[in-house]
Amino acid sequence: MSTTPESDIGTGIDFIKEQNSEEFVELRKTHRSFVFPMAVFFLLWYFAYVLLADYAHEFMSIKVWGNFTMGLLLGLLQFVSTFAITAAYVSFSNRKLDPKATAIRKRLEAQEAGE
Amino acid sequence: MNVNTLTILAAAQESTKVGNPWVNIGIFGIFVAITLIVVLKASSNNKTAADYYAGGRSFTGTQNGTAIAGDYLSAASFLGIVGAIAINGYDGFLYSIGFLVAWLVALLLVAELLRNTGKFTMADVLSFRLKQRPVRIAAAISTLAVCVFYLLAQMAGAGALVSLLLGIDDRLGQSLVIVVVGALMIVYVLIGGMKGTTWVQIIKACLLIAGAFIMTIMVLAQFGFNFSSLLGAAVESAGTTDILNPGMQYGKSDTSRLDFISLALALVLGTAGLPHVLMRFYTVPTAKEARKSVVWAIWLIGAFYLFTLVLGYGAGALIGADKIKAAPGGVNSAAPLLAFELGGPLLLGLISAVAFATILAVVAGLTITAAASFAHDVYASVIAKGKSSPEKEMKVARRTVIVIGVFAILGGIGAQGQNVAFLVALAFAVAASANLPTILYSLFWKKFTTQGAVWSMVGGLSSAILLIVFSPVMSGLPTSMIPGADFAIFPLANPGIVSIPLAFFLGWLGSVLDKNVEDPIKSAEMEVRSLTGVGAEKAVDH
Repeated sequence: MSTTPESDIGTGIDFIKEQNSEEFVELRKTHRSFVFPMAVFFLLWYFAYVLLADYAHEFMSIKVWGNFTMGLLLGLLQFVSTFAITAAYVSFSNRKLDPKATAIRKRLEAQEAGE
Repeated sequence: MNVNTLTILAAAQESTKVGNPWVNIGIFGIFVAITLIVVLKASSNNKTAADYYAGGRSFTGTQNGTAIAGDYLSAASFLGIVGAIAINGYDGFLYSIGFLVAWLVALLLVAELLRNTGKFTMADVLSFRLKQRPVRIAAAISTLAVCVFYLLAQMAGAGALVSLLLGIDDRLGQSLVIVVVGALMIVYVLIGGMKGTTWVQIIKACLLIAGAFIMTIMVLAQFGFNFSSLLGAAVESAGTTDILNPGMQYGKSDTSRLDFISLALALVLGTAGLPHVLMRFYTVPTAKEARKSVVWAIWLIGAFYLFTLVLGYGAGALIGADKIKAAPGGVNSAAPLLAFELGGPLLLGLISAVAFATILAVVAGLTITAAASFAHDVYASVIAKGKSSPEKEMKVARRTVIVIGVFAILGGIGAQGQNVAFLVALAFAVAASANLPTILYSLFWKKFTTQGAVWSMVGGLSSAILLIVFSPVMSGLPTSMIPGADFAIFPLANPGIVSIPLAFFLGWLGSVLDKNVEDPIKSAEMEVRSLTGVGAEKAVDH
């Protein structure tokens, strides 16, 4: 077994050319245009919640329903948003990312096998 | 993983007065017997390094996701969070939110790209396009540091759990149980490798989540499935509505509030940098399965933390904070006491056995990660300079397992009664400071260099450890490790708020000041591979 993980493949592929290809640039753009804003969003939302829990005790103590407080509501909304972002990412990947990535991978693998 | 609750766990000296220890031991024995059979069966296919380190990359996303939940949900997150909610109310709930939300970092930014570019360890990814030796050494050191901190905390917790659940009070008896737990763990990892470890984690996750689910239904049934009346009963039992609101634990002073922000930062950024979590992504055949793993793990872990919310308030309502605090294990006895209240000695036995299984599964995962990192990153790449054979490397890995196992046993015995609870928080802080910045930079920032990686990892690791040494955790307070001395110049118990931004900054600074240029071909290859999966390691075909 080789200890450099990259040495066993890729001999027949010009990765720099591939990196600048329209197809790959498009894939990277699609990926980043989803994961970066989403990551920023959930981190901001999480820290907004942490700061509220840490410094806005009165607000978090507001009773929403029965004994159910604003703090519990916002906490449970963190669960909801985590589940929702997960589901959204899966659906986005299946629809937009996987077809593009698979197309490039298949082409490169065929290209490598042909050499 | 609660910093304060484990302290109480470790300090517990008396035996529990409820339940029958023999039932607990018997149920745990059945768990050990079943898992041993599964491990032996799974081990028959362990032929190559990919089998031993990565389970042949043949697990499905669902299996791996369950194993991730088994790896991640430690005994402290079960006993600790239930107890923390029962006593400190809302502030206990805050932990579980951090532990859950953190998985989005792994899902969106790390899991799939890591699966596509690495082979066995975190260092594979970090050193992909940078200089192998310095980056591998730094990554292996921080991997070993996180694993050892986490391992010691688990082993010390095992000793305290014994006194709580099995009624073994004396030091000798507790040490004996630590030896048994350590020896079992060595057997699992040595024979079963990653496959065996994974199956232990899967079985444990199913038991833990099923147990918590049954208890949750039983608690809710007592209150007519009305969450609001459960909260009402908890308030009545506590005598104050404060338990529904934040602040009972962290609202005491400005310092404690800042400390909480620091902890929140380490929790949310640390998970995706925990080496034993990252290594689990190599056990599936493709990046798509790695994604499925995280998705499944998020559902399971999220559901589990929702159960702990009900169980925590349920324990507060049905047992009461005073009775929990007075029980032998203190805060950590909330879940066992609740199990006894709901289902008598049998349910208590089940929950106790699950708690032990939890420790076993978590230490096994940590040990194989540390062994893989030592054999693959330090021995094969650095000491043998890439000239080692896979057989030799696996031999080194197996020996490392024994060394780490013995170390964990001795450490666990030595740590009995010591205040070592800060180690879990430290492991998360180190993972967030030493590992995550370099992982993100190397996956997303083209201009990242070797110098940046080494500065960030070394700076993140050493600043986190130094800040802990000079914090109230070590000295200055009656609860400190060295209560007699006072060299606590850093006021917070959690270093993340300083060490994480520092590590990100050092990664940037080291890169822009680096006069050497990294290989643009490697960089292009890593980016193309990470997103498309071309050339990614395939599953082993038996």
